[in-house]
Amino acid sequence: MEAIAFYIFAILITGLFLVTAFSRNILYAMSSLAAGMVLISGLFFILGADFLGAVQLVVYSGAIMALYAFGMMFFDATRDVKEKNTSSYLVFLLSGFSAVALVVIFAAPTIGKHIEPIVTAPQGLDNPHAIGAVLFTKYLIPFEVAAVMLLVAMIAGIVLASKKMDESLSEIYLDADPETEKKEQE
Amino acid sequence: MTIGLTHYLVLSAILFSVGLAGVLRRKNLLMLFFATEIMLNAANVAFAAISVHIGDLSGQMFALFIMAVAASEVAVGLGLLILIYKKYGTLNLDNFSIMKG
Amino acid sequence: MENYVYIALFAPLVSSLFAALFAQKPKIQLVGIVTSLLIGIALFASVILFMNIEETGKAVSVTLMDWIVVGDMDTKFGFSVDQVTVVMMTVVTLISTVVHIYSNYYMESDKSFNRFFSYLSAFVFSMMILVMSDNFLGLFIGWEGVGVCSWLLIGFWYEKKDETRDVNPSISPSWAANEAFIMNRIADLGMLVGIFLIYWNLGTFKYTEVFAHIGDLSHTMLIGIGIALFIGAMGKSAQFPLHTWLADAMEGPTPVSALIHAATMVTAGVYLVIRANPLYSQIPEVGYGIAVLGTFVAIFAASMALVNRDLKRVIAYSTLSQLGYMFAAAGLGAYWVALFHLAAHAAFKALLFIGAGNVMHAMHDELDMFKMGGLKKVMGWTFLYMGIGSLALSGIYPFAGFFSKDTILEVAFNEHTYGIWFILWLTAGLTAFYSFRQVFLVFFGDERYHEIGAHPHEAKPYALWAMAPLAVAAVVVGFFKEDFVEFVTKFLPEYEMSEHTEHMVVILTIITTLVALTGIVVAYLKYAKGLKRNLEFEQNNKLYKLLYNQYYIPVIYDRVFAKPYKELSDIAWKEIDMQVVDASVDGIAKFVEKSGDVSRKAQNGNLSSYLNWMAAGLVIIIVIAAIAVAVQ
Repeated sequence: MEAIAFYIFAILITGLFLVTAFSRNILYAMSSLAAGMVLISGLFFILGADFLGAVQLVVYSGAIMALYAFGMMFFDATRDVKEKNTSSYLVFLLSGFSAVALVVIFAAPTIGKHIEPIVTAPQGLDNPHAIGAVLFTKYLIPFEVAAVMLLVAMIAGIVLASKKMDESLSEIYLDADPETEKKEQE
Repeated sequence: MTIGLTHYLVLSAILFSVGLAGVLRRKNLLMLFFATEIMLNAANVAFAAISVHIGDLSGQMFALFIMAVAASEVAVGLGLLILIYKKYGTLNLDNFSIMKG
Repeated sequence: MENYVYIALFAPLVSSLFAALFAQKPKIQLVGIVTSLLIGIALFASVILFMNIEETGKAVSVTLMDWIVVGDMDTKFGFSVDQVTVVMMTVVTLISTVVHIYSNYYMESDKSFNRFFSYLSAFVFSMMILVMSDNFLGLFIGWEGVGVCSWLLIGFWYEKKDETRDVNPSISPSWAANEAFIMNRIADLGMLVGIFLIYWNLGTFKYTEVFAHIGDLSHTMLIGIGIALFIGAMGKSAQFPLHTWLADAMEGPTPVSALIHAATMVTAGVYLVIRANPLYSQIPEVGYGIAVLGTFVAIFAASMALVNRDLKRVIAYSTLSQLGYMFAAAGLGAYWVALFHLAAHAAFKALLFIGAGNVMHAMHDELDMFKMGGLKKVMGWTFLYMGIGSLALSGIYPFAGFFSKDTILEVAFNEHTYGIWFILWLTAGLTAFYSFRQVFLVFFGDERYHEIGAHPHEAKPYALWAMAPLAVAAVVVGFFKEDFVEFVTKFLPEYEMSEHTEHMVVILTIITTLVALTGIVVAYLKYAKGLKRNLEFEQNNKLYKLLYNQYYIPVIYDRVFAKPYKELSDIAWKEIDMQVVDASVDGIAKFVEKSGDVSRKAQNGNLSSYLNWMAAGLVIIIVIAAIAVAVQ
């Protein structure tokens, strides 16, 4: 049962991500990415990392993809992306090679022999509780730092994206001349 | 047939390579971002799998923090993308060669 | 009491820094006064410490700070003032104070007046570290410090041009300074080896701890340490064969010669042997070797002093000779005798040098004694001082030298080393001869200075008053011998004469005094009535020429070491450095430039291609990781 679920998920995820990586249409790419992330949360559930699965759904599939979706409103999403892929030969060589190498490393039986758990899950708690217990004890400071980082990122995002909100984008990139642009800014 | 750690790791490696291929192939900055998300997710899968396998919660913690970093990255990155788009009217990487040495 | 230790140590440092503030400025009289006062304060603190230690009999120890704490090594920057140290401190600060005050007169028209005082005080500070440190490492710091200051001061008139050896045997001040420094480097290597051996075997640098456990070491190791340390002492105290620098060091200003190259720094080697007496008393055979070398140097240097015409060089050779005496005493195990002679010698030798400084000043820097004569009339006080100094040096009762040198002879007799005794006895006669040859040549006889157009004049009164303490010391120190013995033997091993020697003391004293008197009488007969030069003798007598040219040792060193070394350096420069080192460095530079030219094309500004490069790097790293895993 587990195996079936895993293989289905694995094949689907790989396929969807391949679409993301190679599609010409931004909308297709984004949709398949969102679907793939939902399916990855399925993998987490199979693993028993329930909390992580939930977070994956909420943060990735929910927040991040929504952010991309909103972000895309600034760009023209309907057009096909014209890309000049100079050497797909090199691309496949590099990524294929890294894939093979990684698979060899991970498939090698030596991995994990010497690993010992440092932070073991507290006894008698299910996964979300255990995560909460560890997160707010041992990982409290990184957690706080991450919170501040998110705040900073939020402010940065707002500031960056909101510049010249009142001007129409189409007007700007019709006469998209860097020189005049600079003068305007000054 | 049981699904062991190796299965997850191999899947993770494949996904990572797909992401890498995307990063290398894409010239559109937004697409590049998508590809990096794929790579991050691949890493998350590996973290979670190992974490569950050896019974150590650190891996899941790291996956959580990666998600936080990814969220921040998207927020800032998209803001920058919008600025670039406003300035140059395109997101094609080949059009930016201001770092030519 | 701890505060006095700090005052004695740091007053010279403050003095040096104060003078250094004005080093580039023209003469400021205040600098001379302030530095003299500060050194005087150090003298005052030393005297207080002296009285305190005499009262309590206990050493005063302070720890300034942790110095080197690495792993097991924990060395403190500590100072300990015990009986030996306080004697050295008092001697050093007394002579320094006198020399500082005197330098106000001697350097009064020198354009680098302020710089001179800065160096001089820095020297006093280094010397204080040397004698006060409670461990070998601090001693070494002071040891190097006095070396540097000596170098600075010998080469004080560095702008003088080099001359040939016939015109000026020490070529030039900067040459002499370098010679002194390099010779000391050679010796310091030996000293460092000794200190390393001590640490290696005992794991500590501190005197008290080292000497408490010195008996645990094997005899061979002790001999090794003893010899290595003595090599260091040989350099600083200019013992044969590292002696040539001392005579050349007379190129420095005369107060420097008085302070550094007669009274204090050159006695550091003797101080080291005295300080390490628990070590040397374990290895009497090395001690005997030291004594033999000291004896040899005593007569060797005295023989060169017999014929030299340079006023300062004669005194320099006599310093060498007296250092030989000290080493003879220390080597034979009579450490307090060596220390006593050190203190007495410091007083009368500084007096002699300062007197020579007066004469030089009067004669407009002329040093050839054959061109002086009859100065007694114009320089009565200087004559008196130099007369006292010479009498003390010759060992005539009741001057200081009589007590200290006589005791050394008694020690040599007591140890049944009659050869050493005889040579030292003979040297005592030579000493008396050359020191009075000098006095008679300078102050008696016909007034030859008219020929060179000099107008001699007596030194200023305050300079003469500054010399008075030394003269008094040279006269009276001997009478405090018993007190001194009682004082220092609380720390140093006692030295008892056998009964046989006790019986012989009177006879020994008489024959020593006799030989000294003979020397004086011969000098009187030959030189007091006026100079009769025998030019044919001077030019043709082989022995005379041998002595006059310092046994040709500087020339030999020049031929054997300096010249081949220069040729070797030339080869190393032209063949090895230019052809190999420079070429390879240039090659690397060219390679980098060329490869930069080629790889610059990679920086095309296209982010996408940068990403490709990054991925290639990633793949390489993964492959390396895979290989590493596979190897495991």
